[in-house]
Amino acid sequence: MTSDASASTPKNSQQPGGLKPTIFWRIAEDIPANLKWALTAISIVVPLGIWWGVSSLGIVNPKFLPSPMTVGQAALDLHADGFLVQDTLMSCFRVGVGFFLAALISAPIGVAMGTFTSIRSLLEPIIGIVRYMPAPAFIPLLLIYLGVEEPPKIALIFIGTVFFNVLMIMDAVKFIPQELLETTYTLGGQRHQVLFQVITPYVIPNILDAFRVNMAASWNLVVVAELIAADEGLGKRISLAQQFFRTDDIFACLIVLGLIGFCIDLLFRWLLRISCPWAID
Amino acid sequence: MHLEVSHLYKHFSTRQGQLLVLKDINLHVETGEFVCAVGASGSGKTTLLRMVAGLDTPTSGKITVDGQPVIGPGADRGMVFQSYSLYPWMTVAKNVGFGLKLQGMAMPLRAQRVAEYLDVVGLSQFANAYPRELSGGMKQRVAIARALASQPKVLLMDEPFGALDVQTKETMQQFLLDLWRRTGTSILMITHDVEEAIFLSQRIYVLTARPGSVQREVFVDLPSERTYTIKRQPLFQGYRDEIMDLLRETSRLGVVVE
Repeated sequence: MTSDASASTPKNSQQPGGLKPTIFWRIAEDIPANLKWALTAISIVVPLGIWWGVSSLGIVNPKFLPSPMTVGQAALDLHADGFLVQDTLMSCFRVGVGFFLAALISAPIGVAMGTFTSIRSLLEPIIGIVRYMPAPAFIPLLLIYLGVEEPPKIALIFIGTVFFNVLMIMDAVKFIPQELLETTYTLGGQRHQVLFQVITPYVIPNILDAFRVNMAASWNLVVVAELIAADEGLGKRISLAQQFFRTDDIFACLIVLGLIGFCIDLLFRWLLRISCPWAID
Repeated sequence: MHLEVSHLYKHFSTRQGQLLVLKDINLHVETGEFVCAVGASGSGKTTLLRMVAGLDTPTSGKITVDGQPVIGPGADRGMVFQSYSLYPWMTVAKNVGFGLKLQGMAMPLRAQRVAEYLDVVGLSQFANAYPRELSGGMKQRVAIARALASQPKVLLMDEPFGALDVQTKETMQQFLLDLWRRTGTSILMITHDVEEAIFLSQRIYVLTARPGSVQREVFVDLPSERTYTIKRQPLFQGYRDEIMDLLRETSRLGVVVE
């Protein structure tokens, strides 16, 4: 076996058992910048090209698979009618308020649970159970309790993100080196100083990262909420488009949702870079 | 006596029952003295230092600093860990001044003290650098300056140069010796490096392993001005052989000397 392999690849025969050099399959190492950019471009251009190719070949009914140009036109029409901006703003508003409230509550609770074993023992069991209850299953209750306007949608986003934020922040606190806390005590630090001047600044990058990851869940939930009961919003627009068999509108809204999520992700990365430059490699 | 540890015992509870880690430890550090405790792994030397720092509590026995019993950690016993443990989001100057800030020292005085100790460790031009920009030896100098800025009664060091390469380690040992001579700080240092202990200290406690106890107290009768060439002198090598033999006796009992 070995002699066959080395005979067919004489260049590598010097080191039969050695690790062969590679560019593409490097593990946890950088690849050349131009390869990186090429792959990034391929990641966007190829799916777009396949979509365009399949839709222009006419093998799929354009009613089911509209071409990129049709979808672009649909987006422009939605924009011209004022729906696109209005729906986007409405969805952003719901996500913004719901997620802001969840962030406001989850950061201090997560830090407290990570810091104090007592608080963790008090809250972890109940959060561990509640977080496995799917947030959309709360919708009927929320509609009964809070009516059909904004409050149930905001509450849904809150419920769907607050527990994951808390648990991720709690875990981040547990990763603070014990010696960093002990050093603080030997410098004369009190417990409240350790909490506010060491633990809190240490986990801010992790808090921002937890928010960035869990933001995706709040966009899932806003669309779910709008599919069920709303007058406007991107989810509502998708639901309306379905009733009128406007697949081009559905595609347009999906792409807008993807782009918004991508921009928010970049925003959080940028926030991390300017607020905690020490935490960036 | 300045720092005094008397009849100190430490048990840990394990699944196999009570494990005796330290047995009847008696030691002291006088004002301005540099003392090392050397021991193999398993001699409980880090546990000993942590108890002096107030980070662990003894099972029985007494630790006093200037007659005051140690009941918890405090700025009168500065601690330097092997892992540097600098605050990554603070500049070098902020790291050095953090203890003073915690203790409520006002800003103009604090800045002055920080500048003074940055100068002591030779890092004035790195005041605004972040820890990740520094080499291992520089990080440890920041940690030492930070501990010294509070002007502790005794500086506790837990294998401070254990993570450094041989060349840097030698430079840092010389640096620490000079710093000790200039500042007159009392130092209690834990190490497994016998030559390091002899080179730096005036007195050495040699610890046995499992349980840790003081096997012998060695007085290092070398001139206080030392350079690395002293390691080649017969007197130095005599101390080294004496201590190595003591540690080897321990290792014959099944414990490997690091």
